Amino acid sequence: MIHEEHGAPRGGLDSTSLLRPLAGLGTLANFIRKTLVIAELEARKLRHDPTELFTRAVQPALWLLVFGQVFTRTRAIPTGDVRYIDFMTPGILAQSVLFIAIFSGIAIIWERDLGIVHKFLASPTPRTALVLGKALSAGVRALSQALIIFVLALILGVRINWHPLALLGVLAAVILGAILFSTFSLIIACLVKTRERFMGIGQVLTMPLFFASNAIYPIDIMPPWLKVLAQVNPLSYEVDILRALMIGQPSASSLLLDFGVLLAVSTGLILIGAKLYPRVVV
Amino acid sequence: MPILETYGLTRRFGTLTAVNNLTMTVEAGEVFGLLGPNGAGKSTAIKMLTTLLPPTSGDAQIAGYSVTRRAGEVRRLIGYVPQMISADGTLSGYENLLIFAKLYDIPRRERDQRVRDALAFMDLTDAADKLVRTYSGGMIRRLEIAQSLLHRPRVLFLDEPTVGLDPGARRLVWEHVQQLRENYGTTIFLTTHLMDEADALCDRVAIMHLGNVAATGTPAALKASIGGDGATLDDVFIHYVGSTLDSGGAYRDTRRARRTARRLG
Repeated sequence: MIHEEHGAPRGGLDSTSLLRPLAGLGTLANFIRKTLVIAELEARKLRHDPTELFTRAVQPALWLLVFGQVFTRTRAIPTGDVRYIDFMTPGILAQSVLFIAIFSGIAIIWERDLGIVHKFLASPTPRTALVLGKALSAGVRALSQALIIFVLALILGVRINWHPLALLGVLAAVILGAILFSTFSLIIACLVKTRERFMGIGQVLTMPLFFASNAIYPIDIMPPWLKVLAQVNPLSYEVDILRALMIGQPSASSLLLDFGVLLAVSTGLILIGAKLYPRVVV
Repeated sequence: MPILETYGLTRRFGTLTAVNNLTMTVEAGEVFGLLGPNGAGKSTAIKMLTTLLPPTSGDAQIAGYSVTRRAGEVRRLIGYVPQMISADGTLSGYENLLIFAKLYDIPRRERDQRVRDALAFMDLTDAADKLVRTYSGGMIRRLEIAQSLLHRPRVLFLDEPTVGLDPGARRLVWEHVQQLRENYGTTIFLTTHLMDEADALCDRVAIMHLGNVAATGTPAALKASIGGDGATLDDVFIHYVGSTLDSGGAYRDTRRARRTARRLG
């Protein structure tokens, strides 16, 4: 039982074990197993009380049914030969993934105040698995949003690409986006440590992330300074993937680059999160 | 042979020294109590021993493994019940235990039995499938102890195990802790500010005050050390710590204690 442990020297440093390629195979299997246990824990909570999933559906529905309908009529936003409602649907999916993920970090503050975090940190669970497990659960919540938006899109007559591979790509992009933004959220929670400050910062960040992206208008029509922000905003890359796969609009760069950016940023954030997470109890 | 040893274990928060140069030994199979008023440094000490908080200086070993350099091994050998509520109210009691059985790598075929045994040991079989939200305070505490026992730890850390419980529930938790020690010989390290709790449970106690250990020994020896046949642990406590109420620094101490409690909470 003892020799299974890789003997990480200290709290947050377990994360580096991911980078040791050969000695790390068993460690990697352990990491994946533990990540899934943490995600299972969150999925079980959701099964006991799924109301959250339904209340979360209201906001994207409003965007598509009200905002989308009006702006499709006015043709105020130039989207070429693509109807505006078609153009914005992938953007609204990305937005609802962002909103569901960006406030997920507050759970860490609740759990810290209760003492739940202490118990997890005193267990032999890799810190990276604790962080990625939480992030994956945000991915599960985000998938429910995707389902709702696809149903709405069907009702609104959005021309969705139903090819199974495209749908699979959408699935991957939604989960990856949720992992990215929920880990970002966790990092903020670990830094600010109180609910009040977290809510404040969450509010401050959400809208700029959303508006400084290509979610509801193309990057081309932005002033230069906003273009720069939109181009470093990971949300733009998620939207680019979703727009390409859902309505077949050509990707602004390439899907490979888009996925690469999301993956790289997520990995970086998870490693930072795994360093900060143990400090939440100090 | 000692199962837990600390060497000059120290933790500072800014200018406050929460634990100062703690050096002590706990023998295998012992129930050891760390006593002291709120803010004495008990929780900080337990956090360093459970690898949650890196010491500012000094070190501790559990079953020969350093808590600073071999934290991974230490975590497999210890169980920990934090002072605050650590069971998840939105899951059933069974699920709370099942998740931890998986985190501690208990093999799949043994898991269910291990979880059911732990629930039975803590008299929670009937409540296993109810949401923990609906449990009483005493039941939650027993569930948390069950959760920390699944992997059969060598040392079990209980931080203020009966804080906030009514006398009946408190007595029940004590009985279970005593049974645990009789049945499995688990070494138990607990903190408390209740003298009767220490008297009822502990083989040896250390009295902590403002980060320092003021006295160590068996409850009987400590009582004898201050003379008086009818001495209680309360008398011992007041003798070594002084009544904080009539010592001049009470306000400052209280403020310090509360600030620490807030920081650690």
